[in-house]
Amino acid sequence: MIRFENIGVRYGSGPEALRDVNLTLEPGSFHFLTGASGAGKSSLLRLMYLGLRPSRGTITVFGHDVADLKRADFPALRRQIGVVFQNFRLLDHLSALDNVALPLRMAGVGEAEIREHVVELLHWVGLGDALDAKPPTLSGGQQQRVAIARSVIARPRLLLAAEPTGNVDDSIGMRLLYLFEELNKLGTTVVIATHNEGLIARFEHPRLHLERGSLTVVAAGTPMAPVAMPTAPVLPAGLAASHPAIGSWLS
Amino acid sequence: MIRQRLDLPLAEDQTGRFLVWIMAVMIYLAFIALAGSMVLAGMAGRWENGLTGRLTVQIAPMPDQSVPPLAQRTEVTLALLRSTPGVVRAEPVGSASAHKLLEPWLGNALLDDLPLPALIDVEVGAGDSLDAPALAERLAGAVPGARLDNHAAWLADLRILAHTAQMVALAVVLLVGGAAVVSVVFAVRTGLAIHSPVVELLHIMGATDSYVARQFQTHVAGLALRGGAVGLGLGLATLLALRLAAGDTPLGLMPDMTLGVREWLALLAVPLVAAALALVTARWTVLRVLTRMP
Repeated sequence: MIRFENIGVRYGSGPEALRDVNLTLEPGSFHFLTGASGAGKSSLLRLMYLGLRPSRGTITVFGHDVADLKRADFPALRRQIGVVFQNFRLLDHLSALDNVALPLRMAGVGEAEIREHVVELLHWVGLGDALDAKPPTLSGGQQQRVAIARSVIARPRLLLAAEPTGNVDDSIGMRLLYLFEELNKLGTTVVIATHNEGLIARFEHPRLHLERGSLTVVAAGTPMAPVAMPTAPVLPAGLAASHPAIGSWLS
Repeated sequence: MIRQRLDLPLAEDQTGRFLVWIMAVMIYLAFIALAGSMVLAGMAGRWENGLTGRLTVQIAPMPDQSVPPLAQRTEVTLALLRSTPGVVRAEPVGSASAHKLLEPWLGNALLDDLPLPALIDVEVGAGDSLDAPALAERLAGAVPGARLDNHAAWLADLRILAHTAQMVALAVVLLVGGAAVVSVVFAVRTGLAIHSPVVELLHIMGATDSYVARQFQTHVAGLALRGGAVGLGLGLATLLALRLAAGDTPLGLMPDMTLGVREWLALLAVPLVAAALALVTARWTVLRVLTRMP
């Protein structure tokens, strides 16, 4: 399904954001993606949804070596990948219904069929009464559900989600994860980036753990070492003295 | 209901409004240039048709007593012309007709005092090859003061004038078209820059370059058609005003503004051609820019 071999990603002349990443996602697998902020989760997801080319290494997606593909081959591959972005990236001028319908329209599905599927899915995620609502009029949780509905409407082979339960309460979060599990049982490969250890603990899935750009695959149920608390930065003496509020806040 | 709409919020762009007015002005200029060229071409064609196969013989009045009177010289000329092979008809232009032709230019009072030449209108048979220079020589030898005008020089000038006017009109249309293309490229590139996050999102979701280009080309063609309607309206109003103005001037001072069905169809097609040009330009611009995306 997805294979990364010795992948490295470098932005400009900075240090490598990802280094020597080796990874295989089997068809129908379910992984959580964890790691501290800046560990490289976004870069890894971007590589997976073909939004970024690696600086080195080989990526194979659905049996195709990405380096060998022509530009015209990418849209069809991308349409098989559903993505839930952390900031949702909904189109504000379109209704919830039209936002969710986008992947189907790109795939050339007929309008009657689009409406049937989109309405059904929006009802399922609890937005049956907000079909024509524009994203700015929806709450964060509702927007997130629209984004999730958009990512799964075309039955992707690979589903990538960045913090998909970040803006919803636990019951809706669980419901959404059950949706991902159902899709997974139907054969969709799922990768969910999350910080929610409680949620991860409830599902028996392995995790891909990133630390400073290096990837480790952790088997399901393996407890992770507690995250070390960061130490307070030491301010220059002069600055701390002139800004006592900053000094007291840090302490 | 699901409505067919643009995925990109292009209708909210300010650039759209400017493009409508730019296109309106461009189409107005192209319309006027083309209409002017057509009017001139039509006028030149009508004159040429009227003069081809026609000759005019002019016999100047001469104060010299040794020369036979004008009427007698006219009769001799007519006899000579009618006996010339290839001449179908030779008729004198009556003094009343000559007065009428010259009246708008010289006025009545002056005409009465002027010794006018005698004019003979000669019609040459179609397909007959009349040797005009030889006839001119014969006339000059036989009738004092007689001069043959076969209009060749005048027709050549007219053709050059009409051709030049058409070239100028074509240059104007090309310039206007080029400016319109540049405007569309600028507007589309601005739109792509403004909406780059949405374009990138569509790209990630698997939209083909053609899918994204269709959004822009549909929008731009719509704007061009709106601008075209305005430009066409202004152009028609200008032609109507000129035609009304031409109706008040003496005959011959203003060109005949009459256009044929084919010319009218060509003029009415200007906004459609402009919209098609805008559509193709928008598509080409988007496709070019998108090739830079991974």
